[in-house]
Amino acid sequence: MSKNVLVLAESKDGELRNVSFEVIAAGKKIAGEGSVKALLVGENVASFSEQLIQQGADEVLVAEHSDLKTYTTDAYKQVLLQVIESESPDALLIPHTSSGKDLAPRLAAKLSSGLVSDVVDIEEVGEEVIFTRPIYSGKAFEKKSVSSGLVFATVRPNNIAALEVDSSRSGETKEVSVDLKDLRTVIKDIVKKTSGKVDLAEAKVIVAGGRGVKSADGFKPLEELADILGGAVGASRGACDAEYCDYSLQIGQTGKVVTPELYIAVGISGAIQHLAGMSNSKVIVAINKDEEAPIFDVADYGLVGDLFDILPILTEEFKKVKAGA
Amino acid sequence: MNIFVVMKRTFDTEEKVEIKDGRVDEEGAEFVINPYDEYAIEEAIVLKEANDGEVTVVTVGDEEAEKELRTALAMGADKAVLLDTEDLDDEVDHYTISEMLAAYFKNQEFDIILGGNVAVDDGAGQVAPRLAELLDINQLTTITKLDIDGTKATVERDVEGDVEVVETELPLLVTCQQGLNEPRYPSLPGIMKAKKKPLETLDLDDLDLDEDELEAKTKTVDRFLPPEKQAGKKLDGEPAEQVEELIKLLRTEAKVI
Repeated sequence: MSKNVLVLAESKDGELRNVSFEVIAAGKKIAGEGSVKALLVGENVASFSEQLIQQGADEVLVAEHSDLKTYTTDAYKQVLLQVIESESPDALLIPHTSSGKDLAPRLAAKLSSGLVSDVVDIEEVGEEVIFTRPIYSGKAFEKKSVSSGLVFATVRPNNIAALEVDSSRSGETKEVSVDLKDLRTVIKDIVKKTSGKVDLAEAKVIVAGGRGVKSADGFKPLEELADILGGAVGASRGACDAEYCDYSLQIGQTGKVVTPELYIAVGISGAIQHLAGMSNSKVIVAINKDEEAPIFDVADYGLVGDLFDILPILTEEFKKVKAGA
Repeated sequence: MNIFVVMKRTFDTEEKVEIKDGRVDEEGAEFVINPYDEYAIEEAIVLKEANDGEVTVVTVGDEEAEKELRTALAMGADKAVLLDTEDLDDEVDHYTISEMLAAYFKNQEFDIILGGNVAVDDGAGQVAPRLAELLDINQLTTITKLDIDGTKATVERDVEGDVEVVETELPLLVTCQQGLNEPRYPSLPGIMKAKKKPLETLDLDDLDLDEDELEAKTKTVDRFLPPEKQAGKKLDGEPAEQVEELIKLLRTEAKVI
């Protein structure tokens, strides 16, 4: 049983995203005797090759072009189609990120292929690759397979563990020439709002605020705590609707679904639609002054009290922990 | 301007999900227009008001979806189309749905197609980009702002929290993200008017499609609920005591710090 697997690596702000290593690990699970090739797409990305090999890729393909600096549907689609044509992989795994979500269905339509999106687990049962994915934002799960042809899936960040770095590994890096034409989207500007911040989807720690935070200013202590923990700030729909923060931070069935190692819910009551977006986090801490709040039903640890009293103390204590005290 | 919206009928997000005989139990559940599709409908109506034109809402489903189509008409859409799945097998997937939509759109003149960024039930977000590919038109996903001037579209996209400003030409497919607009509620006169607006149902014959061509490319082998989360410990004492206890538990019990 062997499969040749192609995975798409993704970089952001001059670094490989962790999900790139996770798709390699996912690829390894189904490759058997076959190989896992990682594809790097961008402007100056060849230097990432070694890292991908150390994380388990058997070979790295590099597609560089000035028009690939920022993701656009047309350009990336053309690259992927050209590489699929030349490599004829048995399986293709793409990160379930902003660009992966945009790209994968389009490729699937072009290839007349099945696609399983937002996969959190992969197993091989006999000849078949079975993918597990959340439905209803994690209220339930389903197991799916692609009936025939290319085994094609997008992999959710933060769920399939990357392999250990093995610096003794070696592998070939191959440049692929790309021919891009008829690019229909012109990028005029990118307004960075997340510079220096940890991406919610990939964050190991999330500190999320709800209506209880009471104002945009009220989010400051949450940001401080998130910074200390190297985590990201999220929010409930209530907090976003009340304009305490941007909708891009919203966690829930409408919004982002997250699975960090540690989720700290601050002033969030725990509406069903919010719980759907975070209840599969590994450890949940809830801070709320209403001890009847439904968030406590899913929390591993509950702190009942005024968040504005608790947060500063919590932040100080975490500072001590991080300082090794 | 010919404006189309592709929409889906979904479970209300406040519904609990139960699995019965390997399927999601729909008995007694409330259904709504997928919340992301509401942004698409709202934006379509705003576009119509600014540019003159017609808004057609399209869905793939069974006759149950007529209710949600009527709601879209009550919001201000002009026409509704139901692509009926009655003749199909139980298992349909994104391939099936997008092929049906593409067959419909191939006979339409359209300037822009709007959809939700994702449906809150299945959560895959496949159908809209698949449709754009089948129609060979450009797509911009997760948009938070849309300006159309003649055939030029200037769009802001939410890219994991950053804002990307892009330009492209119509015809175009966009998927709508939170923050794009505030969907209106249907007004009472709107609801009255909606009853008289055209709602057309098309079956596979009408779309010149054959059941065999639409067979799903994926199959579902199981559906299950995650293990129920047990309520944990509520910590006692003054804030400082609770925090101290928490840090200890996170270290020794949960081992996350």
